[in-house]
Amino acid sequence: MALFRMKRSVLPGFGLSLGISLLAICLLVLIPVGVLIFTALADGGTTFLETAAQPRVKAATIFSLKVALFATLINLVFGTILAWVLVRYSFPGRQLINGLVDLPFALPTAVTGVTLASLYSPAGAIGRQFSEQGWIGRLFGPVDIAYTEKGVVLALVVVTLPFIVRTLQPVLETLEVELEEAGAVLGAKRWQVMSRIILPELIPALLVGSGMMFARATAEYGSVIFIANNIPFDTEILPLVINGKLDRFDSIGAACVALLMLGISAVILLLINIAQWRYQQRLREPL
Amino acid sequence: MKARRNYPRSSEDPAWIRWLLIGISAAFVLLMLIAPLLFVFFEAFSQGWHLYVQSLSDPDVLASICLTLLVALVVVPVNTIIGLGLAWLIARYHFRGKQFLTTLLDLPFAISPVTAGLMFVLIFSTNTLLGGWLSILGLQVIYALPGIILATLFVTFPFVAKELIPLMQSQGSAQEQAALTLGASGWQMFWHVTLPNVRWALLYGLILTNARAIGEFGAVSVVSGHIRGLTVTMPLQIEISYNEYDFVSAFAASSLLALLAILTLLLQNLFGWLQSRKEKHARAVQQKNLGTPSP
Repeated sequence: MALFRMKRSVLPGFGLSLGISLLAICLLVLIPVGVLIFTALADGGTTFLETAAQPRVKAATIFSLKVALFATLINLVFGTILAWVLVRYSFPGRQLINGLVDLPFALPTAVTGVTLASLYSPAGAIGRQFSEQGWIGRLFGPVDIAYTEKGVVLALVVVTLPFIVRTLQPVLETLEVELEEAGAVLGAKRWQVMSRIILPELIPALLVGSGMMFARATAEYGSVIFIANNIPFDTEILPLVINGKLDRFDSIGAACVALLMLGISAVILLLINIAQWRYQQRLREPL
Repeated sequence: MKARRNYPRSSEDPAWIRWLLIGISAAFVLLMLIAPLLFVFFEAFSQGWHLYVQSLSDPDVLASICLTLLVALVVVPVNTIIGLGLAWLIARYHFRGKQFLTTLLDLPFAISPVTAGLMFVLIFSTNTLLGGWLSILGLQVIYALPGIILATLFVTFPFVAKELIPLMQSQGSAQEQAALTLGASGWQMFWHVTLPNVRWALLYGLILTNARAIGEFGAVSVVSGHIRGLTVTMPLQIEISYNEYDFVSAFAASSLLALLAILTLLLQNLFGWLQSRKEKHARAVQQKNLGTPSP
């Protein structure tokens, strides 16, 4: 108990809550993560580096990062528009759409996966419109969505949409309208107000939302494996590589790839934090 | 329902922009969210009600439903207790290592579900020390129910805590301390003061945990071994049916989960509204008692 020196508090229950928390954290978090790191780095990191350099792992890493990037960029645009529309405008159905935004969180990823795969396959209701017989296909040229990279990006867009919308909405709601008014009064056109007054206020939330989206997109499994072809070197995502190695009883290799994924998440988090910090620094600089 | 703010004319976007953006958003939501949701039910009933019921009465599907419910029945209470413990600890005390603990709460969000399942396989597979010892005792963890429960516990344990901690921190411990000075024991204070204050946020976290526990796919997929009738949860059963081209069965099970998702969303909105109403009421009472003007 001395390990956790604390200011004297009158509230009871420190021991009990500390006990429960420590037990849960140790059993559920510290030991499993520890075993993972230990297994992957058991021989000092040689297996880890070898695994990371395997062509299939490298291809999957590049693919996972690429689709996550596309999905994040798409959601940055559409998610921002959606958040803006939900906060600023009123129109019939606004409450419904606002509630639906959380659907990808509530719906199991497997359901999302099979639904998107069926719906956007060449025979599915929407995928059909994009094929040669469909009206979109005949206008713009046939496009395959399911079983291609585009399908994976689509699935990732769906499951990461709530992150950016829910992160932006509180910020948009507390924007100071007076600043916009001041800009308008001083002669700024609407697009100038948007880009020079509103957008800078949104950047921290955009950064945080992007980081969460990107991290989730690289780790996503259930909604992607149905709509992707899962062919190695083509449309294989990193989590599937882990599964593949486990199937072949290569648990050390699987642990190495898992550690690689953890490293990627850590790097993303770090980059986002640095970007946020740099942005805050810029705000504090005298004009 | 929150009142829409009245934006002055200078902050309004021109009408054509408004309708363009609303149109884009509506199309986006339609394609990404509404169409898939409707499609689940459409496909489930595409061959008629009879086949729908028949698919759901298949013994493997029924077994998966029972297993899923059992997992949720264990995971939700356990994680509620863990969440309450964590929230009480982090919101009410200061101690060295608190920041580290708070960071650890975010860990399951950074870890891929497949990695989560992998971690437990690494610990308990029979060629490790612990796994071998357990199998001699006849206890199986991986490819059995305990493994599924553990993996699900891992991915869902932060939800309740993360809902409660900001709320408890902003509420402060004044009421609890008052209860103590009036002679309440620790448990009385907890039961009669703390819990009622956070009840809606707690319920919110509970249904989030429930939705995630029932729907977890990646982690369970790794840990379960896909043994039909025994270790296959509903999401895994959907995968099996889909891969066997039994689409009615896959979407029938999906429709049940989709109904649960809709119910979850409705309850989420309800509990969120109730919590914010409670806070407004508490603020109003406080202002009345202290005689301070509203901010």
